[in-house]
Amino acid sequence: MDDLLREYLPILVFLGIAIALGLVLILAAVIVAVRNPDPEKVSAYECGFNAFDDARMKFDVRFYLVAILFIIFDLEIAFLFPWAVSFQDISMTGFWSMMVFLGVLTIGFAYEWKKGALEWE
Amino acid sequence: MIEADLTIIMPEILLAVFAMGALLLGVYTTKDKMAPVLVWVTSALFLALAFWIGTTGSGSNAAFSGMFIDDAFSRFAKVAILLSAAAILVMSEGYMARRDLLRFEFPILIALAVIGMMMMVSAGDLMALYMGLELQSLALYVVASLRRDSAKSTEAGLKYFVLGALSSGLLLYGASLVYGYSGTTLFSGIIEAANNEDGISIGLLIGLVLVISGLAFKVSAVPFHMWTPDVYEGSPTPVTAFFATAPKVAAMGLFARVLHDAFGGVVSDWSQVIAFISLLSMFLGAVAAMGQRDIKRLMAYSSIAHMGYALMGLAAGTVLGVQAMLIYMAIYVTMNIGTFAFILSMERDGQPVTDIESLGMYSKRAPGKALAVLVLMFSLAGVPPLVGFFGKLYVLRAAYDAGLAWLAVAGVIASVIGAFYYLRIVYFMYFGEDREDALDTGTPPVLYGFLMASAIIMVVGVVNLFGIEGAAQAAAAVLVE
Repeated sequence: MDDLLREYLPILVFLGIAIALGLVLILAAVIVAVRNPDPEKVSAYECGFNAFDDARMKFDVRFYLVAILFIIFDLEIAFLFPWAVSFQDISMTGFWSMMVFLGVLTIGFAYEWKKGALEWE
Repeated sequence: MIEADLTIIMPEILLAVFAMGALLLGVYTTKDKMAPVLVWVTSALFLALAFWIGTTGSGSNAAFSGMFIDDAFSRFAKVAILLSAAAILVMSEGYMARRDLLRFEFPILIALAVIGMMMMVSAGDLMALYMGLELQSLALYVVASLRRDSAKSTEAGLKYFVLGALSSGLLLYGASLVYGYSGTTLFSGIIEAANNEDGISIGLLIGLVLVISGLAFKVSAVPFHMWTPDVYEGSPTPVTAFFATAPKVAAMGLFARVLHDAFGGVVSDWSQVIAFISLLSMFLGAVAAMGQRDIKRLMAYSSIAHMGYALMGLAAGTVLGVQAMLIYMAIYVTMNIGTFAFILSMERDGQPVTDIESLGMYSKRAPGKALAVLVLMFSLAGVPPLVGFFGKLYVLRAAYDAGLAWLAVAGVIASVIGAFYYLRIVYFMYFGEDREDALDTGTPPVLYGFLMASAIIMVVGVVNLFGIEGAAQAAAAVLVE
């Protein structure tokens, strides 16, 4: 058990450094920084303009669709990398499992394409 | 090797291939115009698979090194799931078509949910469990909000999704603890790790309790029931009918599978937890339903109470207990299919009505249907000599034999309290006010058939429960050993 825990010691050290560094940076800003606010400085800033409207606005639902699509294909890549790296060692079963997975994904993609989910206008 | 594995999961593969093929066929051809045909084809496929699994399966087989188990228990649950899903699909076709809700995705989503349920009851591994559970849940979230232009339906879908994600989180956290303390995700490995001489380790126990919490959410047992009434009320009625039947069987099957396959050696550690949530569910279901005027909300509380009784069988932790649970679930599903066939036919001028007072003096206008509903309500309440009474008798006996006499007594009391709201529906139908705005009396033949068949089963079944006792006992014996 002790040996096992000792292997994790670097992680603990790393965690400690991360926390300490974060605290130092935050506290330094509080203690050291010069603060001299005026209305112009604290007003909302939008690329040099005054803010046009409220930040809470209606958002086209298609953005969510694109985000979801991104996640699906992102995950596909996350699966493909280890599969490709260990290609030498996996059997035909491993190869065909990935092919089936890609096939299922393609069916979903074909469905939403045909359904018009990718058309913006 | 892999061929043998694939043979064992062939029903699931067939259904998955069918769902994907239908999806492509639908979207590349006539889209929603083919929906009615697809509904019938899907439910025919469910029937065929149920027949196939029920008649050809034998022995206990494990596929993918124990991740997927095909045994008498999983076959019993699968046949119940497939038959009820087929019945609900057929019932929903007319209702959905008349309200312009029948998209071709609906039967496909139901098919995907059914694959998830079949996976759940066959799970032999925490990962297979989670995969089945999520496949089922994701499809159900979508069908809950099928009526996209209704605020209530979208609310139902969103509420179900958010709370379902919460319960999945609990379950995953529990599963990670179980894995951490036992070193394996296979149920056959967990049962060995849990069975050491100084009792179950504390980490494993916490993991077990968290897994139970996640599963209790799926069967809508108190205190994880809060989503049920809103989701039942907001979803389109056929979807509500589906929620009340097949997913409940699958979740109870999974519950039994996890408790006995993975934690069968430490029955005393979980028996009390299950007994407690069973007690709470029975009483909350009985008391909270009294104030309900909406029959869908009422059925939601009714299902909470019924899950309490089914959990009582599980709490016993014996072969008889699991057998009682399976019989109870089979009876519960049959009663609910009949009851929802009636709820689907409750209309006034073609608009669905869910207020129970609108049933005033229904017996005068449709004596046959009123009688069938009377039988179903009495059976749901557990009035002898109907079949529903025998379901309750089984679980009470299992609890009593396992030394949970207090739970059995509480169950009897809760069932007396619960009888009030079932009987009130009967009261409205036979002695209620005769109203001007009465319900339409015409019923589509499919719904009429299911209502009558279900009511007749509740009466005729008292002879021998159609022989499900033997099948349930074989299934329970395999699980508990």
